[in-house]
Amino acid sequence: MKKVQAYVLTFALLFALAMAPAFATGSSEQSSQPAKTVSFLAGEVTDTGGIDDRSFNASAWRGLQQAQSDTGMQIQYLQSTNQSDYVPNIQQFVQKKANIIVTVGFLMGQATSDAAKANPDQKFAIVDFSYSPALPNVLALTYQTDQAAFLGGYLAAAMTKSGKVGTFGGMNIPTVTIFMNGFVAGVRYYDQKNSAKVQVLGWDPDNNQGTFTNDFTNQEKGKTVTEALMNQGADIVLPVAGSVGLGAAAAVQQHNAANPDSPVWLEWVDTDGYISAPQYGSLLLTSVVKGIDVSVKTAAESALKGTFQGGNYVGTLANGGVSIAPYHDFDSKIPDQVKAEIETLKQGIIAGTISVDPKSYPAPSM
Amino acid sequence: MSPDSKPQSPGGSLLRRVADFFVNGNAVVITVLAFVSALVIGAIIVVLATPQATRAWGDLLARPGAALGASARAVAGAYGSLFVGSIGSPGSIARAIASGRASDFANAFRPLSETLVSTTPLMLAGLGIALAFRAGLFDIGGQGQLILGASGATLAGFLLPGLPQAFHLPFAILAGAAFGAAWGFIPGVLKARTGAHEVITSMMMNYIAFNLLTWLLTTELYQAPPRDQTVSKTVAASAHLPLIAGQGLRVNLGIVLAGLIAFGVSWLLRRSTLGFRFRMLGLNREAARVAGVDIELHYVLAMTFAGLLVGLAGAFMILGVDFRLSPSYGGTIGFDAITVAILGRGSPLGVALSALLFGAFDAGGRTMQVNTGIPLQLVEVLQAVLVLFVAAPGVIRTIYRIRVARSGRRVFGGWAG
Repeated sequence: MKKVQAYVLTFALLFALAMAPAFATGSSEQSSQPAKTVSFLAGEVTDTGGIDDRSFNASAWRGLQQAQSDTGMQIQYLQSTNQSDYVPNIQQFVQKKANIIVTVGFLMGQATSDAAKANPDQKFAIVDFSYSPALPNVLALTYQTDQAAFLGGYLAAAMTKSGKVGTFGGMNIPTVTIFMNGFVAGVRYYDQKNSAKVQVLGWDPDNNQGTFTNDFTNQEKGKTVTEALMNQGADIVLPVAGSVGLGAAAAVQQHNAANPDSPVWLEWVDTDGYISAPQYGSLLLTSVVKGIDVSVKTAAESALKGTFQGGNYVGTLANGGVSIAPYHDFDSKIPDQVKAEIETLKQGIIAGTISVDPKSYPAPSM
Repeated sequence: MSPDSKPQSPGGSLLRRVADFFVNGNAVVITVLAFVSALVIGAIIVVLATPQATRAWGDLLARPGAALGASARAVAGAYGSLFVGSIGSPGSIARAIASGRASDFANAFRPLSETLVSTTPLMLAGLGIALAFRAGLFDIGGQGQLILGASGATLAGFLLPGLPQAFHLPFAILAGAAFGAAWGFIPGVLKARTGAHEVITSMMMNYIAFNLLTWLLTTELYQAPPRDQTVSKTVAASAHLPLIAGQGLRVNLGIVLAGLIAFGVSWLLRRSTLGFRFRMLGLNREAARVAGVDIELHYVLAMTFAGLLVGLAGAFMILGVDFRLSPSYGGTIGFDAITVAILGRGSPLGVALSALLFGAFDAGGRTMQVNTGIPLQLVEVLQAVLVLFVAAPGVIRTIYRIRVARSGRRVFGGWAG
């Protein structure tokens, strides 16, 4: 009896010890504050993906972490486990008198505006959603990622050897397809300008149809879809699907190891993949960066300084809310002329003389 | 919890009977001890997850008091927030009653309201899974049945606006029940007709339901205009479950109906012929067959009833709090319901109480996360450890040296049904 008891207790302790690091890392992120702390709380309510979804929840959290290390404000998050959690999670922060509450994603739009109207003195920021009319105490953050994706598309078209480039999305929703639209527009612009015939696989902007994994986390699906695109001849792929993109990178790495003469390259989205997924850095032409972290950081810091203003913010190439990342390893491989053209295009998009809508350009004839 | 597990002590004083009650492991005692043990393990995790406490343990030899103090503060903070977040703080409840202001009232009773909101789907889905358990069936398809129930209720909710509530709401509820029942019926029929194991078929039905929902949300019928986001149209107000504690609180008629349904299921299992046959089937299939029970028919009926109840869980979530569908709707409630059913040992009263406990964990977990920074996962670990102990009562008996119970009901018949 005694022996069994000892075993059970040992097991319980080992179990607790084994679980501890998981919690310790989670909470040390939350509570490791720099020496000076300010009595200011920024709270994020995440969607069901949580702060480590490698997508918008993670980007928003990174923004708050940067704000914390810059200013010493306190930050905290609440994870939603399903749709019914949004309202009480926001309410938790309202009751805790958080100085700003950051919510994430289209699905939280309604819950956020309800809470904002019920608590007019409470400041909010919401990622990937905008209100019309704008709310005075909510800063709604949206991004014209098609502007940056256009440059990515142009670069892909300039660099492809097979004449085929590919893309796929996590889900057929506007925040995803806006990347794919910009990408296709960039390719079509290249074709028109250079009388080329580069083809885009995986997205047809004219019929709103394309390849989707219906999933933002399953890397195996990213692998399968990318292999299919490569089999059809695509040699540059733009995955727009959160961490599913890691599966795409794994597939590309395998392909390149087996076929060193016909390598395939990737373009990353949301963050600079060279930094966020360094193990695949050597495969990345560039990244189409959506500056969620920068704008969330700015929002939190403005609330701290007392300069917070509600309304709708749109991230563009002009204000730096979207951008393409440095070329890193490809800097020497991309011709200077292409780099110069991309810089010119960027200025043209900022000036409004170049359209990033794929429908402004003729669809390639099959 | 069940009448057959009450200790029948041979005469003796009250004291003797109390002692017997604890020494001879009865189901309630095991559950309570499992709960206590889970809290102890949770406390250890809380201490390890709190940097201040772990640092204090680092210089244990220098300042032993500090280590214990920091640990006690961490544990009290975590469990205190769990309590305040699920039941409420006595202070603010007293203030609300004194001031009588609606906003104070809402804030004071919000924790309780949120507990009940979380309890509702867990209770209904748990009842469904428990009903299947009692008939010797292991329904893993809760997730799919819940999604279907929610889809049915949503469809009825937005398709028929302008109906009077007295007609629209019951209709939407019935639609959810019917969709869920259909999703339970399929594995039931497959088992009855082909012998396919319900664990496998009902689990596959989850994947089908998940992808069906993703597709439905892109169809013209379901998708909200302007049809660019994958969310459904919104349920009309006439199909909403009425709020029962005022505008500021989300608690709605759903919890009342769920309680009544729990009584209904209890009656069904204890008093009705159908319930008797279900139980016979669960206790001994061959004996049931010899006694003349149409086993195939009752497999189908049990799975259909289970699907119906889980479908109601989805319907009540839609009609009570969410009002529209989104991808992967329901999170993990369909699976959590299995845990609730096991913890409740398959009895309707037990399921209702377990659902209440899990609902309280849900609501309290949020407050704990906000107040102490301990991640929500701690709550999930607490729940898992608790159920682990309940499912393996031998562990608890060994730790607390409890003799084997004289009679006990197995919660479910096992894998090879």
